[in-house]
Amino acid sequence: MTASPRRLAVLSMTGRLRRGQRPSLDDAQVREGLELMLLSRLFDARATTLQRLGRWGVHSPVEGQEAAVVGACLAVDPGRDWLVPQYREFPAYIHHGMPLAGIAAFFTGHPAQGRIPDGVRMLPIQVAIAAQLPHAAGLAWGLRRQGGGAVVLAYCGDGATSEGDFHEACNLAGRMQAPVVFLVQNNGWAISTPRSLQSATPSLALRALGYGFPGVRVDGNDLLAVHQATATAVARARAGEGPTLIEADTYRYSFHNTTDNPAAYADPVELAAARRQDPIERVRRYLTQRGAWDPAREAAVRERLTATLDAAVNAAARLPPPGPDECFDDIYARPPARLLRQRAGHGAPSEA
Amino acid sequence: MAELSYRAAVRDALREEMLRDESVILLGESITGYGGSYAVTKGLVEEFGPRRVMETPIAEAGIVGFAVGAAMGGLRPVAELMTVNFALLALDQIVNSAAKFHYMFGQQWSVPLVVRTVSGFGQLGATHSQSFEGWFASVPGLKVVMPATPTDAYGLLVSAIRDPDPVIFIEHSLLYSMRGPAPPSGEAGLVPLGRAQVVRQGQDVTVVAYSRMLFQALQAAETLEREDGISCEVIDLRTLRPLDYPTVVGSVRRTHRVVLCGEDWRTGGFGATLLAEIQDRCFDDLDGPVARVAMRDIPLPYARNLEHLLIPAAGDVVAAVRSLV
Ligand SMILES: Cc1ncc(C[n+]2csc(CCOP(=O)(O)OP(=O)(O)O)c2C)c(N)n1
Repeated sequence: MTASPRRLAVLSMTGRLRRGQRPSLDDAQVREGLELMLLSRLFDARATTLQRLGRWGVHSPVEGQEAAVVGACLAVDPGRDWLVPQYREFPAYIHHGMPLAGIAAFFTGHPAQGRIPDGVRMLPIQVAIAAQLPHAAGLAWGLRRQGGGAVVLAYCGDGATSEGDFHEACNLAGRMQAPVVFLVQNNGWAISTPRSLQSATPSLALRALGYGFPGVRVDGNDLLAVHQATATAVARARAGEGPTLIEADTYRYSFHNTTDNPAAYADPVELAAARRQDPIERVRRYLTQRGAWDPAREAAVRERLTATLDAAVNAAARLPPPGPDECFDDIYARPPARLLRQRAGHGAPSEA
Repeated sequence: MAELSYRAAVRDALREEMLRDESVILLGESITGYGGSYAVTKGLVEEFGPRRVMETPIAEAGIVGFAVGAAMGGLRPVAELMTVNFALLALDQIVNSAAKFHYMFGQQWSVPLVVRTVSGFGQLGATHSQSFEGWFASVPGLKVVMPATPTDAYGLLVSAIRDPDPVIFIEHSLLYSMRGPAPPSGEAGLVPLGRAQVVRQGQDVTVVAYSRMLFQALQAAETLEREDGISCEVIDLRTLRPLDYPTVVGSVRRTHRVVLCGEDWRTGGFGATLLAEIQDRCFDDLDGPVARVAMRDIPLPYARNLEHLLIPAAGDVVAAVRSLV
């Protein structure tokens, strides 16, 4: 069996630079990353509470995976690159320009107000597992034809790598030399299926070999490692050298989503061990040691983020419930006559 | 009388068939840890081990294709697809392989496969709230079963597992916790594929339903009896293919009016096929047009208020019956 690729790590558990490593982000950028990670965790808690109160749809928390998401998105340029989500990458949407208020509107059932604003270069979340990956390859290939050096960052989970769409997307991307970075968040789980039952390969990054492009494995709880690997991949893609597959090893601290109950299957010992690798704490230590972070600053940041979150959630709560006409109008750019008749008779299904 | 949930009835059928027949195996996503998306197979891996209850990678096309191969090699696989929405990834394996091997190669092969999957909704969004029974039921070579009660879930699943042909067995997410009389155990509990059941007798209107819509139809029948003095005959199809036309046609010939209920789309939904057959066979018996209760031709919205408004319910059945009488 092929050996697993060496796992890139930049920060130690105590937040120190490992020997021979240099940070690919300056302190101000790392602070920006930490703020996104903190916002993400606050958002998870809030969305979960609201879901329990019946005021929010299903929520899939990022908790535990913040470094994997944020380290990667900091390596792309929202002003020119595209983001292709799965669904567990909330802080990346914010970094890429998606307004928090729009996200809150979307998850409370207001698609019109939850629209991705014009100019924000991201596709919508994708819950059909792995379906976003062929889109990412095609999007990247199309962008390359247009020139301008834009790159696509596509996220997926370890579970998604088992779908046929993953294989077909990687093969197409390699064959077409599409400027795309596939970032696999290996969070140990696909609902209740552990990574070990997903594939016999020792590392998902090894898959890239068969597609003719590099596969890299990183410590997904290390913001700087994820950033460094993604930045290298982005530079390759921009230079016309094609795709890269990155496997970021991390861990899902919480449930798969708010309908799940991991107490029924997850090992508490494994979870406790993962929690000791907290990606936020590691960055906090790193910045603190460099004199770029302290408790007072964190308190002020939290206060500001909480206020932003409150404002977005409250604005969504004030939106009037959507009317039934919306769902008839939104199906086609130009609704056919039959649909318009059904819309007019939506109280009486046997008409139209 | 002993009672049992729909979920437990499905599990009992799986368990008893596995005890009876070594060649029955289960495979699907998250079927060991959580017990599948609706915890139906919970406990089975502990009893039968991971060689007979296999947790698979997320790979619907692969799961069904793997099960087709295993079936051709002599096993009786029951593949679980988390919801019918994900069965779309496996359509090629279902339609072009499972449903074709027996036909195309001189009956040399049979594919004794059951694909268990789930229809339903509950603020899951447009891609996770669809009903495709009409599509599956349009494919020669497939059998399609949609049980409404625990008794039928048990009896039909046992029959499906023993059937030599591929069966698409569609459960309903909103029925899992519903309780009903426990089926008689053993052979007495078998329910044959392809037989409908008259669940309530009546004279004025025939209401044809299956799965969750059976209960909406029964509720509507009570309302109509009480408020309008209309007597509805309610038929539970139970199997959509092969369909028990004699039971449906016999009833329509007596009542002269019929309402067809489903949760799938009005255009191309299963009711559309049924309607065509009824007008063909019962044209001279009908006192009015065939009425339908179906999903309007829109993907189900995520907003809770809209979902409530749009899913076919008893009130829609009442309105449809009143429009005929
Ligand atoms: C095609 C398809 N199959 C199954 C599902 C059900 N499902 C939703 S999330 C999920 C697990 C995905 O795991 P992974 O890709 O590792 O991402 P994670 O949720 O762990 O972030 C599954 C199986 C789905 N949404 N789409």
